[in-house]
Amino acid sequence: MKISRRHFIKSTGTAGFALWLGLSAKGLPQKHTAGSALQHFSPFIRIEANGKITIYNTKPEMGQGTFQSFPSLIAEELEVTLDQVTILQSNGEKELGTGQRAGGSASIRTSYLAMRKVGAAAREVLILAAANKWNVTPESCYADRAKVIHKPSNKSFTYGALVEDASKLELPKEPKLKDPKNFNILGKSSKRPDVPLKTCGKAEFGIDVRLPEMLYALVVRCPVIGGTLKTFDAKEALKVPGVKKVAAVERIVGKYHYTGVAIIADSYWNALQGRKKLRVQWDTKGYETFNSVEYEAQLRKLGDEEGLTDKNIGSVETAQILPENELEAFYETPMIAHHTLEPMNCVAQIKDNKLEIWTSTQVPSSVTGTGANDLHKYVGFTPENIKLHAKFIGGGFGRRLYMDYIIEAVNVARLTDKPVKVIWSREETTQQGPFRPMTFSKMKAGFSTAGKLMTFQHKVISPSYFESFQADYDQSKVDSIMVEGIGEQAYEVPNLKTTYVRAECHVPVAAWRSVTSSTLAFAHECFIDELAYKAGKDPMNFRLELLSKPSDSKKVLLKLKELSSWDTPLPQGTGRGVAIWDFFAGLCGQVVEVSHHKDKSITIDRVIALIDLGEVVNPDNVKNQVEGSIIMGLTAAIKPGITFKNGEVAEHNFYDNPLLRIHESPKIEVHILADGGKIKGVGEPGLPPFAPALANAIFAATGTRFRKMPFQLKTE
Amino acid sequence: MITLTINQQPYQIEADPDMPLLWALRDLIGLTGTKYGCGVAQCGACVVHLNGEAVRSCVTKLSRAAGQKIVTIEGLSKNNDHPLQLAWNEVSVPQCGYCHSGQLMSAAVLLRENPNPTDQDIDNAMAGNICRCGTYPRIRKAIHLAAELQKKEGEAK
Ligand code: FES
Ligand code: FES
Repeated sequence: MKISRRHFIKSTGTAGFALWLGLSAKGLPQKHTAGSALQHFSPFIRIEANGKITIYNTKPEMGQGTFQSFPSLIAEELEVTLDQVTILQSNGEKELGTGQRAGGSASIRTSYLAMRKVGAAAREVLILAAANKWNVTPESCYADRAKVIHKPSNKSFTYGALVEDASKLELPKEPKLKDPKNFNILGKSSKRPDVPLKTCGKAEFGIDVRLPEMLYALVVRCPVIGGTLKTFDAKEALKVPGVKKVAAVERIVGKYHYTGVAIIADSYWNALQGRKKLRVQWDTKGYETFNSVEYEAQLRKLGDEEGLTDKNIGSVETAQILPENELEAFYETPMIAHHTLEPMNCVAQIKDNKLEIWTSTQVPSSVTGTGANDLHKYVGFTPENIKLHAKFIGGGFGRRLYMDYIIEAVNVARLTDKPVKVIWSREETTQQGPFRPMTFSKMKAGFSTAGKLMTFQHKVISPSYFESFQADYDQSKVDSIMVEGIGEQAYEVPNLKTTYVRAECHVPVAAWRSVTSSTLAFAHECFIDELAYKAGKDPMNFRLELLSKPSDSKKVLLKLKELSSWDTPLPQGTGRGVAIWDFFAGLCGQVVEVSHHKDKSITIDRVIALIDLGEVVNPDNVKNQVEGSIIMGLTAAIKPGITFKNGEVAEHNFYDNPLLRIHESPKIEVHILADGGKIKGVGEPGLPPFAPALANAIFAATGTRFRKMPFQLKTE
Repeated sequence: MITLTINQQPYQIEADPDMPLLWALRDLIGLTGTKYGCGVAQCGACVVHLNGEAVRSCVTKLSRAAGQKIVTIEGLSKNNDHPLQLAWNEVSVPQCGYCHSGQLMSAAVLLRENPNPTDQDIDNAMAGNICRCGTYPRIRKAIHLAAELQKKEGEAK
């Protein structure tokens, strides 16, 4: 497959976007571009008279595989092989709709049918065009590998030869989708076309963009989060060779506005030299007293508050539970950074009142869009005057859902008419946020005298995600993101209550891969385990007993039990743990096996994961995603988080905020359940169940219960 | 004027001898395959070969690199067909891909020095390269495959 990342050629005809919206409106082929014999069957597909076929991918590629999986949906129904098409990354073009974003493991689960219809509609008009030319019925023709073939005579036309005629026909509103039995692409493991580019240094990430006359910049930001700029003295910095300009610039992240000092130079290295000579005074406004140790103590105390009610089934208050049948536990997780390996960066240029941006972003549609929270609102250019070049993303994990680094780069670009590349150092990426918020969980449950689980309570104490974004956040309402998933697990408990206690916070917080499920699943699923032991039951069977009705969770657990040979006893000093998590992104269950050694260290022997997908596009890519989620989940479970001392983030770089390395990475087996059920996401569900499955395995092997992340892989 | 020999090509650049090779490669010469990840010899995204040894270009000053033989990911092979590159493609190792220039350059030295690495050897040689996307299981698998491909290549010759 050839790949090109040329600009999207603007189509001029009827809004093909209607096609994308379920083919309701007149999805007429796009207007013929004079003389070029170029046909847009929908904004997503372009077929040229010379036979060249282009499919647009509207989901930015950050490693999750959409560069191939999204176009695969179209290619399957269009009856072309992936080798026959060129994939182009979209750049936020209006014609391709407002769904140009990658997040929430949503790309495939929200487009599976819609994109197949786009491909099927194009296939049907091509077949009709051929049938008309031959004067035969369309039913006697079929499409195969970019050709339409007349069955009885074996005559054929290439798609290229049909485009002109096909462009005069109306696209069908309800095209017939292929029978999955006949899929050639979907459901089969295949090679991703971005991989070869990534093994020879040719893949262009945002940080790799180079333009004529481009300048480089860095921004010095207040080390104390919340501090403001008092003054700066650039005299000495401006004497450094190559340094061109020093000025204050604003960065906006959610409701927070921060001012830093930009240094523009002819190279990043010279900007770094300029930085050494820059004198800046900050007003830290009392934020310099902020310390994690005290803050965490406050969160623990907040656990005593009643909080706002989220889910309330039955009545935990009136259920009759004897004190000896009750169990309580308190779980804690840290703030953490996203640590995409490609640090934040953005190239921007302002010329003739037009803004052009080259960057890695998860949200192209928000960069060019007209929505109330889109980029135009923050930078003062009209959407028509904003042009984006979306690049390969060197890691997203939620961090590149936020446009703070783009807004800041635009403000730097105002200082010159040349293109300027703003690069964040690893230290800045580690220290400036936004961060995944910590969540503390107060758990309580009770059994009847007959041993039936009667009540279950999960209270979340944490900063609020929405409050970080909305200046007028309503504190009287539950922040739905902060209680994500905890009221929706399939376990049948007659009395369930989930509550939220908001903690004051001045540090910007953000979604991080699998969002709040990345921390809440730890508390929830470990506590389920604690309850199993209290009831004297096997943790797998205890869960299954709570799942009497059919559910996807039950289906996954049963299969996982078999895959992990759960009932085969393990030797002394080893243990197995299980966890499962069902949330907006999808559903995955995992079993972890660990060994406890004489020196008290713990090793992870094996991880068995089962992800429930409904439908699968590229199984090998799914496995890669789940492996990666598990490694990221392990990193979050055992590596230090972000902490504050005197208002500053105490960690700097990978030496004091380490990530998991190859020698620490366990053996992982990934299994996929694709039984035609509800379509679920791929990129995140592998993460939440890992930490609780690990902690549960550790308890099984050692009798030690870890209730605070991060924990070390050893016992006292 | 500093002379660098990169992928067998000579380059003359005007730069501070203290400038790390990384930024010279990326910003002055335009070889952006070598990545910046941490700047302090922690992540391995910037690994290149200096006289055949894997070095972290973010902490290698131009004064040290001058006149030496440098190979970057762009020069690992002509057609993306080093046994490691073939294996990386066969196993579909990368996710975001940002770390993999460095991963491949580190692995290339391992494979040259040790044509038959065990898992333990791989762990030792590759522990300096971070992959945030967590492609470690596949890196391991692909290095084993590359070792086999290299052997076959040797036999064919
Ligand atoms: S950038 Fe050189 S080791 Fe990280
Ligand atoms: S593939 Fe993304 S950092 Fe390694």
